[in-house]
Amino acid sequence: MTVTIFLNGNKITEDVSPDETLLSFVRSHGCKSVKCGCETTNCGLCTVFLEDTPVLSCALLAVRADQKKVTTLEGLPKEAEEFGSFLADQGAEQCGFCNPGLIMNAIALFRENPHPSDEEIKRYLAGNLCRCSGYEGQMRAIKEFVRWRDSNEQRQ
Amino acid sequence: MNSVSKPIRKKDAMQLVTGKPVYTDDLAPENCLIVKLLRSPHANAMIEHIDVSKALLVPGVEAIYTYLDIPKGSRRFTCAGQTYPEPSPYDRLLLDKHVRFVGDPVAILAGTDEKALQRAMKLIKVEYKVLPAVLDFRTAKDNPVLVHPEADWESLCPVGADNRRNLCAHDECGSGDIEGVLASSDIVIDRVYHTKACQQTMMEPFATFCTIDAYGRLNVVSSTQIVFHCRRIIANALGIPKTMIRVSKPRIGGGFGAKQTSVSEIYPAFVTWKTKKPSKIVFTREETQTASSPRHEMELHVRLGATKEGIVRAIDLYTLSNTGAYGEHGPTTVGLSGHKSIPLYGKAEAFRFVTDVVYTNVMSAGAYRGYGATQGLFAVESAVNELAEKLGIDPFVLREKNIVKEGDVMPAYYGETLTSCALDRCLQKVKEMIGWEQKGQVRSVGENRVRCLGMGMAMQGSGISGVDVGGATLRLGEEGIYLLSIAAADMGTGCDTTLAQIAAEVLDCSPDRISVFGADTDASPYDSGSYASSTAFVTGKATEKCALKLREKIETLGASLLGAERKDVTFDGEKVSYQDNFVTLSEIAAASMAGRGTLEVTECHTSPNSPPPFMVGACELEVDLETGEVEVVEFDAAVDCGTPLNPNLVRVQAEGGILQGIGMALYENIEYSEEGVARHNSLMQYKIPTRMDVGRIRVAIESSYEPQGPFGAKSVGEVVINTPLPAIADALSKAVGVRFTELPILPEQIALKKRFFRE
Ligand code: FES
Ligand code: FES
Repeated sequence: MTVTIFLNGNKITEDVSPDETLLSFVRSHGCKSVKCGCETTNCGLCTVFLEDTPVLSCALLAVRADQKKVTTLEGLPKEAEEFGSFLADQGAEQCGFCNPGLIMNAIALFRENPHPSDEEIKRYLAGNLCRCSGYEGQMRAIKEFVRWRDSNEQRQ
Repeated sequence: MNSVSKPIRKKDAMQLVTGKPVYTDDLAPENCLIVKLLRSPHANAMIEHIDVSKALLVPGVEAIYTYLDIPKGSRRFTCAGQTYPEPSPYDRLLLDKHVRFVGDPVAILAGTDEKALQRAMKLIKVEYKVLPAVLDFRTAKDNPVLVHPEADWESLCPVGADNRRNLCAHDECGSGDIEGVLASSDIVIDRVYHTKACQQTMMEPFATFCTIDAYGRLNVVSSTQIVFHCRRIIANALGIPKTMIRVSKPRIGGGFGAKQTSVSEIYPAFVTWKTKKPSKIVFTREETQTASSPRHEMELHVRLGATKEGIVRAIDLYTLSNTGAYGEHGPTTVGLSGHKSIPLYGKAEAFRFVTDVVYTNVMSAGAYRGYGATQGLFAVESAVNELAEKLGIDPFVLREKNIVKEGDVMPAYYGETLTSCALDRCLQKVKEMIGWEQKGQVRSVGENRVRCLGMGMAMQGSGISGVDVGGATLRLGEEGIYLLSIAAADMGTGCDTTLAQIAAEVLDCSPDRISVFGADTDASPYDSGSYASSTAFVTGKATEKCALKLREKIETLGASLLGAERKDVTFDGEKVSYQDNFVTLSEIAAASMAGRGTLEVTECHTSPNSPPPFMVGACELEVDLETGEVEVVEFDAAVDCGTPLNPNLVRVQAEGGILQGIGMALYENIEYSEEGVARHNSLMQYKIPTRMDVGRIRVAIESSYEPQGPFGAKSVGEVVINTPLPAIADALSKAVGVRFTELPILPEQIALKKRFFRE
């Protein structure tokens, strides 16, 4: 099947097999930030944006993204660095393997709900597993980031 | 101190958070062969006949190997990454006619695409002679069914192994008159505990790729904690010299001990060596959960004697450990169940510790953070909690009466003397943090709902005494930048950064001036690898020694450039000065490159002892006694890891370890069907904690100063997993009124016990 996918702003038209997942498609196009942690929609490592909605690319066929915009962390370098540096300040990036998926979903959270409560943060990111951190460092980073962003906005 | 103890960012942090391609599968060549394994559907069987001819015809299939391709008379080997002489028995072949667990590899397939391999896999015809299997580890010893009946099975060390008895190891040790002291004790707690196997479940599955380099050597890039051991294991498996192999590791997406066994490397190594083409294997999550290297299941029988005032007088521990189908880490993990639990009780007059490690027909166990100490501490700490309850003494108070102190000789800890210990302060701190005295140990918070508190202590080691080797090479390069080369493996632990902090402290510079490289068997100095809580303490010390020597060399060369003696110059990190003259570091570096002697030092370090880090943890749970549902409201802990090299990294390690411990206490469990099929084969069934599962985790650092460690540091990576197990079991026992002795403690067990107890 021929599909056209706008991957991080690049138009890609090519033949894909009907059972190829979006995860394998984006990785084969160099978007290696997108990881596979489970294949069963349980870990959140493969999170990408389809149009502007976070989806699990391991559970989505590439053909379903035909004519759509797909964004991975490679397409959001500024936001990744901005929020990511708060993880880094906590040491909470640890092994880093779950980070891209987490950061994608966190960006989606901030867009939807710029001032999430602790409970809302936990619930929104519930599907993003991490085996290293115990989640506490990630939580500190998120709260610090929101605080920083707000004080920045006030200044402007 | 300017670098050590500073919460600086990890050196790789920004690369990781921006999603750069730095892990094994990100780096594998695009065109490499894909390697897949056909696995046994039987727990114990002989391959009678195997035919791959049809499978080989599938377009895209490059090669298929079976046990028939393994040269006859090949020596068995172990996949455990351990130092010479290897304690784990040589009981494996790359592929064997005898398959010993559901998931044991039967054939290695290599091809250009995954789909072709899936098709080919179905076309391989295998006839098995199915044998009875040993699935209950309590029946394994002296069972007529032998997991390793083969004549070429070997045990290289005197660990008490005997394959004719399904024994992977047996040991006995003790001191004092154990039976006498128990008989004269006012009270004896006598309990059997059971901990299940559970999975490290690091987020990155096992992954390896291999190529042949310009010299015809085999290059292996793998997600491994043990590059040097890995090289030896591959050499053993392939029957080729180690000099023909180079192993390196890129970033690792978590290890927790799983990658201290060579789980995936040998298969693509074999394919690439045979075909001379690049190849890679990436385990599926199912393979990662069902054919890997989980924690050893253990049954622990504790007899603990005490006075009525609560002084622990004797501890008698028998541990039965299940190593599964192969003996990886079998003889060594079990030792920690006693050696890292009994010594906490410094007043004991006698101890005895007996162990059996048995083979069964389930996947081989391996190394998992805590490495046997976790299981042992669950048992001993649970027994002590029960003692406290029986005597009506507060568990904290009972600990305060008993704990080991600085200067104590620890008979159950290889006779070592304790040189640093803040266990008393950790107890004090955690008691305050959790609000132990204010809250009360059990309180009702509604109909059938209670809040309950529980606690536990833990210790671990810092490397293996006299065995683990840490190595570091430091070189001064142009522009006055140092290169630190190591073979310890940063797997998210941040050791690339903490080791640079140590070097920077000695060399009076910012850690940014130290580039770190590792780990690569061709370029790094020898290091036994990152496990056994060795990196901060052992490799850290090697790094400190190395930096001191390099400093000396810099001063010497600087002095000679200034026409002075070393004793008369000063080095401030930027320049070497003599009276009013100075030479800069880059001038010194340039001189060293112009024939004035290289400024490069390699140092290794082995420690004669293994100073234990300590931890105390306490939990507050809310339990629904009707449904058995448990909510972890809070977990508070204090850790003594000597000097924290980087407090941020200590903290996140501790928080992460605690959550893994909570998972082990409440959910994580590898179960097998009656045929030996692992049921928990995905993250759907095998539940690791999510961020919804815990209220909050808080960690305090109670520093001590370990004189043998680099700047006073001890380890921290493993000790942190241990306290949730006894703490949670204790809290639940008090809530329900019955002792819980088996992990994980599932809601149905709580509800059932409660009902049973009421009737
Ligand atoms: S790989 Fe998609 S959710 Fe785990
Ligand atoms: S940082 Fe390692 S899994 Fe999240």
